[in-house]
Amino acid sequence: MQLRINGEIRTFDAEPDTPLLWVLRDILDIKGPKFGCGVAACGACTVLVDGQPVRSCSYPVDGVEGEITTIEGISNGDTLHRVQEAWIEHQVPQCGYCQSGQILAAVALLGAVPEPTDEDIDLAMTNLCRCGTYPRIKAAIKTASGQGA
Amino acid sequence: MARKKKSLFGKIVRRTFLTAGAVAVGGVAFGAYLVNRDHDNPLVAGEGEGVFNPFVKIATDGTITVITPRAEMGQGIHTTLAAMVAEELDVPLSSITTEHGPTAAAYYNAGMMEEGAFPPAFHSGLGADAQRSLMASMGKVLGLQVTGGSSSVIDGFDKMREAGAEARAALVTAAANRWSVSPDVLQTENGSVIYAAGEQSATYGELVLEAAEVEVEEIPALKSRRDWAVLGKRQMRTDIAEKVTGAPIYGIDVQLPDMLYGTVKISPRFGAAAVSFDDTAARAVPGVLDIVEIETTTGKGFGIIATNTWAAFKGAEALQVEWGDAPYPADDAGITNRLVAAIEAEGTQSLMDRGDVDAAFADPQGTIIEAEYSVPYLAHATMEPMNATAQLTEEGLTIWAGTQAPGIVQSRCAALAGLDKDNVTVNTVFLGGGFGRRGEVDFPLYATALAMQTDGKPIKVTWTREEDTTHDTYRPAAMARMRAVVPEGARADAVEMKVAAPSIIPSVIARTYPNLSAAGPDKTLTDGAYNQPVNYDNFRVSGHAADLSIPVGFWRSVGHSYNCFFHEGFMDEQAEAAGMDPLAYRLAVMEGDDRLDPARGVLNKVAEMSGWRGSVPQGKGRGLAQSLCFGTWIAMVVQVDATDDIRIEKVWAAADPGTVMDPRLFRDQVIGGAIYGFSAALGEEINFEDGQVVQQNFWDYSFMNMEQCPEFEIELLQTSPHIGGAGEVGTPPAVPALANAIYAATGQRLRQMPLSRDVRFLGV
Ligand code: FES
Ligand code: FES
Repeated sequence: MQLRINGEIRTFDAEPDTPLLWVLRDILDIKGPKFGCGVAACGACTVLVDGQPVRSCSYPVDGVEGEITTIEGISNGDTLHRVQEAWIEHQVPQCGYCQSGQILAAVALLGAVPEPTDEDIDLAMTNLCRCGTYPRIKAAIKTASGQGA
Repeated sequence: MARKKKSLFGKIVRRTFLTAGAVAVGGVAFGAYLVNRDHDNPLVAGEGEGVFNPFVKIATDGTITVITPRAEMGQGIHTTLAAMVAEELDVPLSSITTEHGPTAAAYYNAGMMEEGAFPPAFHSGLGADAQRSLMASMGKVLGLQVTGGSSSVIDGFDKMREAGAEARAALVTAAANRWSVSPDVLQTENGSVIYAAGEQSATYGELVLEAAEVEVEEIPALKSRRDWAVLGKRQMRTDIAEKVTGAPIYGIDVQLPDMLYGTVKISPRFGAAAVSFDDTAARAVPGVLDIVEIETTTGKGFGIIATNTWAAFKGAEALQVEWGDAPYPADDAGITNRLVAAIEAEGTQSLMDRGDVDAAFADPQGTIIEAEYSVPYLAHATMEPMNATAQLTEEGLTIWAGTQAPGIVQSRCAALAGLDKDNVTVNTVFLGGGFGRRGEVDFPLYATALAMQTDGKPIKVTWTREEDTTHDTYRPAAMARMRAVVPEGARADAVEMKVAAPSIIPSVIARTYPNLSAAGPDKTLTDGAYNQPVNYDNFRVSGHAADLSIPVGFWRSVGHSYNCFFHEGFMDEQAEAAGMDPLAYRLAVMEGDDRLDPARGVLNKVAEMSGWRGSVPQGKGRGLAQSLCFGTWIAMVVQVDATDDIRIEKVWAAADPGTVMDPRLFRDQVIGGAIYGFSAALGEEINFEDGQVVQQNFWDYSFMNMEQCPEFEIELLQTSPHIGGAGEVGTPPAVPALANAIYAATGQRLRQMPLSRDVRFLGV
């Protein structure tokens, strides 16, 4: 099988029903997307497919069409994405486990709504965080969108 | 400078003492020699490196490495422990590299043990202090390397600063020797020793090899608080870059050459084993290599060995097993009956019995009020499911795990593999959430069991979310029956609290120290009920250990997680019976004891922040709760909007931990802790049917999300005479403050958790 991931064509063997998440993590050693629930309920495994946030744990690899971006693919060399910069400014992560998914969900949100309101953020950011970093996620999204905190 | 002294008594002591925060078996006293003896320094200087103590090493290229031997699970402990060293070493935090370091007795946590002493935090004096120092000594003698009980800062405060000061003194002495001057004329600044008069300076890297030979006789005096340049200020977390780039830092990300993947299917009835099984379909799953039976002290069942995690998961699903019966009541009704039986029986412990409660109820000087409260079992639901990687070769066993207790992992996995613990290496990696769950040994044990079947190949064993939810070490279900005699317009004359729950400590000890047995009272059973800032004339708190063998463990804030709900919920009921405002009533309850000044301080502060004395718009309500937990005083006000589905709008909290190391990290812990508590209120519960846990995954065991999350305002005070913890203190007051707010808004008194059983919350 073949997929375009973070700008590169990757070729691999996998059972067709294998979720994209496990292809990324176990077969291609791309560890940014995390496993939280396996049932599309938490968002830890979020990746972008053609810019849209997708929960890769529930996405069989043989159905995947489009260009995949993981957290590893949003920075430009050593230059971080502005969402990552905002995450650092607000010191968002605690355990950090949900954060690659949160960051990608935020990147997708800002792609669709450049200056999201609190309500936009509430609606779009459905990824769970057990550590409770939501207030800082919200503030960081505001910063990344140039709205101040 | 590495101290090399042989551990002579470790083994004996290990058999004699019980560890986890509550009791000493046999109460054996040990000699001053053992207590004063330092553990061996596990650090060995590499080429071009000087080691000063178990915590600090410096390389000739100037790299300063600080060993931060506590589990980093999001609380920022690596940052704060490194900041303590930076402060005394006179370097900016940004110049320090942190490492969790090896598993060693030198990294014992005495602070957590100290918190296990029975006297309330505000009790000082000979008896209380002696008990605390006995507990602390036990932590040292046992060499217990654990992260828990919000104790890492308390434990590390002197230790880490002294480690920095010791290294600095050695560096200064080395420079003094080099320049033949007195150390007194030298200064340190930004990683260099400076001799201003002689216009000389040398970097730590240039001095380190000489400095490492210097014997520091006496650790120099530590800086006073007002001279701090690093501590007490917001620092950038040392782990942030990795956490915004998706770096492979967690146990689940471990990747080794030739690694296999696995999962487990452990009996869903705790303590039971398979009666029969059929693995034909499981073995037929492409990628499944083997199905093996495993039997450990924490559970019995099967391991699936595969070429990738997904194949292992499918294999587990396809495996047909008939499990034996549960050795405990099979459903919630049966469990509740056990709690009721316990609470109706004589108490198994009473850590508070002041005045004459029976006499006060026999001749009541006021109205008698009574209430029954209850809470269910709860799961930790760390975001990263349980997992560990193990490899067993001729050289020994190596484990990679996000663990809160690497020393216990080492000894339990050694026992399972039939090895000496010196042949077991435990690599502690970052934790995708801990909350007490990762102080357990089941996940590394199962990885070890599977590694015993893979001919030397490493295997990463990842649990499904379903396996994680159904095989937790749960926060106990608990029940309280309370009554009080409340005069009009004054504090209660007498209060009685009976608390029933399965006892946590014996359950934990059976899994972590199976050769020991627990004895004496279990502080956790009534922690947060008996030791609160109250000054009733007649007050009794009894604990009633319930006979339930479902595994229970430490869940963020432990006993406080339910006792604060009981204590502060019933406190509001007393206030109402007295016809008093909840704030005024609490202040009245504290009156007459100066030691409770910090409690008054946080209450008054939160009242001011929230405008407590002002009016609240129609349909909204505010609730108040306070707690003294893990040495920190905290008060919280929650505001809800109940005009439609209940929305938690705003939270104000004031906390007084005496000394704040890093105000931002502390604030974030209070917020995260409160959200953890609200999450429980919004619908978390673990139910039992057929001897098995009903809930499976986040669809039926969920927690607070962005839309439900309130705004927070946190203020920190520093008046308390002792340092308090941060990681757990936000959790206890969150639930009662919320319940009290809902009462204020709706008039509906909520006495059972989750609160969602009785009211509708937004988005639930
Ligand atoms: S792991 Fe994919 S949504 Fe939870
Ligand atoms: S930071 Fe820990 S789950 Fe979000």
